[in-house]
Amino acid sequence: MSTGELLGVRGLVAGYGAVPVLHTVDLSVPPRTIAAVVGANGAGKTTLLRAVSGLLPPTAGRIVLDGTDLRGTRVEQLVRRGVAHVPEGRGVVGELTVDENLRLGGLWRRDRADAARALDEVYQLFAPLARRRRHLGHQLSGGERQMLALGRALVGRPRLLLLDEPSLGLAPRVVAQIMALLRQLRDDTGLTVLLVEQNVRSALSVADQGVVMALGRIVASGPAAGLRDDDHLRHAYLGF
Amino acid sequence: MKGPTLARHLGAGAVAVALLVPVSFALEPFRAFQLATVAAYLCATAGLTVLTGLNGQLSLGHGALMAVGAYTVALSQTAFADAGVTGGWVLPVSFGAAVGATVAVGALVGVAAARLRGPYLAGVTLAVAVVVPALTVTFDGVLGGEQGLSVPVDPPPAGLGASFPYERWQLWIAGAATLPVLLLLGNLVRSRYGRTFRAVRDDEVAARLAGIDVARTQVLAFVVSAAGAGVGGGLLAVLAQSVSPGAFSLTLSLSLVMAVVVGGLGRLAGAGWGAVLLVALPDLTHSVTGLVSFPPALAQRMAGNLPLAVFGVTLVVVVVAAPGGIQGLLSRSGRALRSRPDPSTTHHP
Amino acid sequence: MDRFVFLTLDGLSRGAVYAAFALALVLIWRAARIVNFAQGAMAVATAYVAHSVAAATGSYWWGFLAALVAGLLLGALVDVAVMRLVDSTSPLNPVIVALGLVLLIQAVLGMVYGNEYRPAEAPFSRAALTLGGVGVLSPYDLFVLAAVGAVVVALAWMFARTGTGLRMRAAAFAPAVARLLGVDVGGMLTLGWALASGVGALAGLLVIPTELGLHPHAMDLVFVSAFTAAVVGGLDSPPGAVVGGLAVGLVLSYVSGYAGSDLAPLAVLVLLLAVLLIRPGGLFAQVTARRV
Repeated sequence: MSTGELLGVRGLVAGYGAVPVLHTVDLSVPPRTIAAVVGANGAGKTTLLRAVSGLLPPTAGRIVLDGTDLRGTRVEQLVRRGVAHVPEGRGVVGELTVDENLRLGGLWRRDRADAARALDEVYQLFAPLARRRRHLGHQLSGGERQMLALGRALVGRPRLLLLDEPSLGLAPRVVAQIMALLRQLRDDTGLTVLLVEQNVRSALSVADQGVVMALGRIVASGPAAGLRDDDHLRHAYLGF
Repeated sequence: MKGPTLARHLGAGAVAVALLVPVSFALEPFRAFQLATVAAYLCATAGLTVLTGLNGQLSLGHGALMAVGAYTVALSQTAFADAGVTGGWVLPVSFGAAVGATVAVGALVGVAAARLRGPYLAGVTLAVAVVVPALTVTFDGVLGGEQGLSVPVDPPPAGLGASFPYERWQLWIAGAATLPVLLLLGNLVRSRYGRTFRAVRDDEVAARLAGIDVARTQVLAFVVSAAGAGVGGGLLAVLAQSVSPGAFSLTLSLSLVMAVVVGGLGRLAGAGWGAVLLVALPDLTHSVTGLVSFPPALAQRMAGNLPLAVFGVTLVVVVVAAPGGIQGLLSRSGRALRSRPDPSTTHHP
Repeated sequence: MDRFVFLTLDGLSRGAVYAAFALALVLIWRAARIVNFAQGAMAVATAYVAHSVAAATGSYWWGFLAALVAGLLLGALVDVAVMRLVDSTSPLNPVIVALGLVLLIQAVLGMVYGNEYRPAEAPFSRAALTLGGVGVLSPYDLFVLAAVGAVVVALAWMFARTGTGLRMRAAAFAPAVARLLGVDVGGMLTLGWALASGVGALAGLLVIPTELGLHPHAMDLVFVSAFTAAVVGGLDSPPGAVVGGLAVGLVLSYVSGYAGSDLAPLAVLVLLLAVLLIRPGGLFAQVTARRV
């Protein structure tokens, strides 16, 4: 039963203070899937990710990971369940070096040897990071920071990756590389990605599944290709 | 706005005098002395409330400023006594000198404080609180070292009768010194200056954009506050008839902070509660421990320290649980009863 | 010249203690953005623990060890039982709560031990050794320098080289990100308080025998000197705290030696004001703030 779903969101209501931002959101993401959540600014995409990773406790509803209700799970425990959240603005710690940022991603793991292997793999995946190991986070360019944030998440070998606006402020070429990498990770390691994007075109071109949000509600969902070609949706919500 | 406020405050002052005189006759001498001590602390806590509560600058150094006032009164009174000068004007002149000296020191600290924020300001004023009492030893030729100085004060005028208790006279002196301080501070709080004080506390940038000279406002608040502490210190000197560094230690400074925080920082009335606490809590703990018969050595150690322990716990609990202090709790319940918004309340825990 | 050498060495030994104490202040400031004004009172409390344990066991070293452990525990306790409950949206609140702790701790010590000075024993001779006819450091000074040096090196190693140190730094610099990466931010904060309080306890143990003795207020002036040291180095910089501590120690040693020890408190105040008014970020802020 739960084999068809890695992440389930049921009747989620969440917000800041008394005003809900998300109104009864339902979502189901199967394993080995890239799901893209798209929509205008303020649609509630980031709030959805924050609620899923526990940074924002939901007012109502449930979040289910691989059949287990995540209620009561603390944020710092989530990474041990295989969930990595790359937050808005990427969350690179500017005062730490590239190497320290990356090692931080695997510190929670008991299997020290595999954490070291994962670190090496990330350095192979992102050559610029390997060249700048000793540089501080705040010395990196925007693209390098995105690599670092993504690489740091991968050091933990997550099952589910929550990515908030990875394309923000990056050149199209870099965005394309990152999107290609996500597909490669999905195919090679079985990674599931919940991707929040304002860049609708590139998000829906890489994703398997698409979810369109507006004003805190899901207004459409289905195979990404179908959403991309739906003229009505494009005009009403996506603006291209 | 200004005229009626002044009139109202003067009216309140007259009522206070009219009450204080009969009360001073009704109180037994020890209680009169305690009330006079409350008045002395009230000068300092009112000044500290203006500085910390209304202007947002935390001073851990007001005990030291009280020391400046106290030592000035001690030196001045001694000088007059040595010269054989007596008269009703001697004590007011000494208090004037005390205000002058604390204003000078307050301006010095205030100029530095105006450039500092948060923990830096707290650290500097803490240094003042620790270092100034130590200076009495550095300059022990003038300031008498650890022993301190005695403070000669004239006895009550003969016209009051031979049986007039000295403590009642002290209470009159304290009332005469404290009422003007409260009157001036109360008017200041309601005046244009009071509003600029609060504006700077709430948002320095906005205050600056509104044309307020932030640094000057902060120095002014420090100076006014120091003057209050100076009068309070002078009164403590007159009441104890002596001054010594031990009476103005860091503990006094911290106790004053405790008093204004527990009383309620937002309003001048909180300073009154704080001053009462400073006198009543030790008395109260004393009577409570009196119920248990401790061995004499322990009882002696408890006497000085238990009130301070209670101060410390009270301070922590109030900041954690009731940041508005006593006055905050009162005005909240008062508002609930009247259910009428009070526009003059700018309560800011 | 001989006197200058002596005062310099004496200043370094005294400064080592200020350095350790300033380091304790910086550790908490970096982790929690709180200047722990109760650090001095907490250190005195642990020194009394050392006093009692040493009296009961007859060994200075058992007392020494007990005080360090008590320091660690007291720091953790203050964090968990008090500071964690304070609403620190107003920066005044943690300061005021720390002052409440000062009143409480000093009063409790006064009730238990009395407000008299008690002699504090030093484990080594405090008589200066002579080298070529010049009075230099005493064995106790060497012990102080070695102990502080060991702590500084150990802390530097821990922060730079261990996973726990990395977690602590991440928790301090970016708490939200650290939580997402599985760091127990609250636990790291408590650990920071414990370590800082332990270092403060060490500094107290080392300095009290060189001053008037054990007293509830024994660390008041030391706290001011160490705060000055931390400000000289920049509150954010552990290496700055060490350099600042040594600098303050030297200044105080020269002032005491050439102008009279009565002037030392005034010199601290003047130095603190001068640094804050001229370089509020600390003398070494730019150079060392981002290095650990």
